[in-house]
Amino acid sequence: MNREEITGIVTEIMCDVFDLDALDYSDDLSADVIEEWDSLSHIRFIVAVEKRFGFRFSSAEIEGFSRVGDLVDSIAAHTA
Amino acid sequence: MRDPFGLPWLLAAPTDFRSRLKAIRSAEPFDAAALRLLVQTALDATQLEQASRLVTAHGDDLTGAGLRPLRLAIVATHTAKGIAYALPAAGLRHGLLIGTDLADYGQTAQQLLDPGSTIAQGRPDAVLLALDPQALGLARPCLDRAEAEATVTRALDYVAALREGGRAHVGAAVIVQTLVPPLESLFGNFDGQLAGTVRWLIDTFNTRLRAAVVGSGDLLLDTAFIAATVGLAQWHDARLWHDAKLPFALDAVPLYVDRLCTLLAAFRGLARKCLVLDLDNTLWGGIIGDDGIDGILLGQGSGTGEAHLAVQAFALDLRARGVVLAVCSKNEDAAARLPFTGHSEMLLREEHIAAFLANWTDKAQNLRAIAATLNIGTDALVFLDDNPAERAQVRRELPEVAVPEVGSNPADFVRILGQAGYFEAVSFGDEDRGRAAMYSANAERAAVLGKVSNLDDYHRSLEMVCTIAPFDEAGRARIAQLANKSNQFNLTTRRYTEADIAALAADPTRFTMQVRLADRFGDNGMISVVVFACGAEEWRCETWLMSCRVLGRRVEEAVLAHVATAARAAGATRLAGEYIPSAKNAMVREHFGKLGFTKVAEREDGDTEWTLDLTRYVAPTLPMILD
Repeated sequence: MNREEITGIVTEIMCDVFDLDALDYSDDLSADVIEEWDSLSHIRFIVAVEKRFGFRFSSAEIEGFSRVGDLVDSIAAHTA
Repeated sequence: MRDPFGLPWLLAAPTDFRSRLKAIRSAEPFDAAALRLLVQTALDATQLEQASRLVTAHGDDLTGAGLRPLRLAIVATHTAKGIAYALPAAGLRHGLLIGTDLADYGQTAQQLLDPGSTIAQGRPDAVLLALDPQALGLARPCLDRAEAEATVTRALDYVAALREGGRAHVGAAVIVQTLVPPLESLFGNFDGQLAGTVRWLIDTFNTRLRAAVVGSGDLLLDTAFIAATVGLAQWHDARLWHDAKLPFALDAVPLYVDRLCTLLAAFRGLARKCLVLDLDNTLWGGIIGDDGIDGILLGQGSGTGEAHLAVQAFALDLRARGVVLAVCSKNEDAAARLPFTGHSEMLLREEHIAAFLANWTDKAQNLRAIAATLNIGTDALVFLDDNPAERAQVRRELPEVAVPEVGSNPADFVRILGQAGYFEAVSFGDEDRGRAAMYSANAERAAVLGKVSNLDDYHRSLEMVCTIAPFDEAGRARIAQLANKSNQFNLTTRRYTEADIAALAADPTRFTMQVRLADRFGDNGMISVVVFACGAEEWRCETWLMSCRVLGRRVEEAVLAHVATAARAAGATRLAGEYIPSAKNAMVREHFGKLGFTKVAEREDGDTEWTLDLTRYVAPTLPMILD
C-alpha cells in the first residue's frame, strides 16, 4: 500500500472519529490543530486505525507519535 | 449473529450514521423521534459519544417527549470518561435522559464520604462505583489463607463504607460492580482452588459482594458476568490499561453502557412487562394453517423442533418470574389454538397466555389491543417474531415496542432474547411470582363483567378484600417498584428509592399507606401507594398512585375513608391534594373532584389544588371487606 492510499484511509478515519465534515490531510495535523482530538478520542483513533489496517501498535510506538505523519510512517512500515 | 459486543438484539448501525446524525443536528424543530430511532441501533463507542452530545444538547426537548431524567455520578479508580460520554445515547435507548457527573480521578473516598463534595452537591439519583482490583488490593496474590481472607474482607469493608457514604452523604443508591477476573493464571487450573490467587480473591470478593447487596436498596452491575459473555481475552486490553487506565477494551464500551442502562431503567421502573409471541415459525416450526397439527415441527426428533421448544421453555420461565405472555399471530383463531390444546409436545398452554390475538389484522394494531387488554403501555411490550417484515412493520408503527432482531434461525431466538435484558429486575418478590397469573385472572374478571348487568352486581360478585397498612420493611421493595413504575394513575409522579421509602416509614410527620386487593379470582397484591404529610389542621397528599389493573374497583374511595378516619382521629379538619400533570397522567386530572374534594386553585401549567372538609365528609358503603 502506498503512502497516498494510507493517508486517504487515515483521513476517512479521522473524519469519523473526530466528527469532521471534511479534512485536508497534512502530515503536520495533530491534537494541537483539531479541537475534538483529546486523550480519549486519541485512543479511539489509534484503535480504529489498528482495526482498519489489521495490526496493533506497541505502547512505545504510540508514545512516539507527535503528528499524523508519524502515524502514517508507522502504518507504512507495518504494512510494507 | 454478532457477538455480544455488537449488541446482536439490535439492528446494525446504519452505514450512513454520520449523515443521519448531521441531518438531526441541523433539523428545525428538533426531531426527537429520529434520534431515538438512531440510538435503537448497535452504535459503537465513537457513534455513541457523537449521538450523546446531541442528547445532552436537547435535554429539554427530550424531557418534553416523556423521557425519565436521571442524574448519575461516576466515582471511579480508572478513566471513566469514555463511559460517561457514551451514556446519554445509551440511556435514550432505554427511555432515560442521563446526565453524568464524573468525580476527579482517584477521589473515590473523598467524594462519597464528604457531604460537601462536588458529587454530593450534584444530588445524583445514583452513584456508579467503578473500582478496580488494583484499588481494592486484589490485583496481586497473597498465598496465605488467613491473609487472603482478611484481604477480601478489607476490600468488602471499604466498599461497604463507600456504600454507606453514598446513602448518608449523597442520598443516592450506589451501584457496585463485580470484578472481572484476569485472563492470566498463576498456577493454571489450581488458581481456583488455592486461597489467595488473584482468581480466588476476585471470585471470593464477587460472591460475598453479591450477597451483601441483596435487599439493601443498592444495585449490582455484574460486570464479571458481562465480561464472561464475550470472554476475558476480548474484554481485557492490557495496553489500554497501561497507557490510559481504561478498564476494558474500547469494543466493550457499547455493551457495558447498555447493561448499565438496562439496570438503571429497571431501577426507574422502566423494564418491560409483557412478551408477545408470534406462533408460526416462532413457537413451532411450520405453518399450522397449512401443515396441520401433525405437520408442525415441535420437540423431539428434530433440531428445529427442539429449538422451538426451547423458545417455549424460556417463555414459561419468564412467566414464572412475572413476565406476562401474550400471543399475536396472523392466523384463524381456531387453527392458532389447536396446538395449545392438541399437541403433546406443547409446553405453553392457553392458560399461560393472558391475551391471545390470532386474526388477519396488522400486528401493530393487535399489539395496541394487547396492551389495552392488559392495561399496560405499548412501551411495556417485547415482540418476538421470526418474520423480518412483521418486525419492520411493528418498529415503524410502534417504535416504543422492543423488537429483538432474532434473525431467522430458531436456535438463536432464546439466545438473543435472553441477552437483550428487556425484563431486567432489581428485586424479586411474591408480587412478581404471581403477576402473570394475576393478569390471566384479570381476563376472567373481564368475562364476568360481560355477564352481570350492572357495576354494583359486578363489584359484589368479585368478593373483594382490601387491606390497608402503613409502609413496612416487607413491602419496601414493592412500594419503590410501584412508585417508579406507575405513570397513569399517579397524581404527583414523585419517584422514591427504597431508601426514601424507608425514611418515609420512619417519619412521624408522614401517614403512609400500602394497599392490597384480593378477590375471588386471586390476589392482586399491592396495588396502591399513598403518602400524606400530617399537619395540625391539614393533611396534605404528597403521593397517590394506583395500579391501573384495579381501576373502577372503588379502591380509591376505600383509601380516602381510611386516611380521613386517621386524620380526624389526629384532630385535623381537612385534607388537601395536588394534581401535577405529566405526559401520562391525564386520567387522574379529576381524581380529587370525583372523591368530593373542592378545587381551590388552578395554575397555568395545569397544576390544580384541592381540599376536602373533614367535618362534612361521610365515608361511603363499599362493596368490599376492609381489612
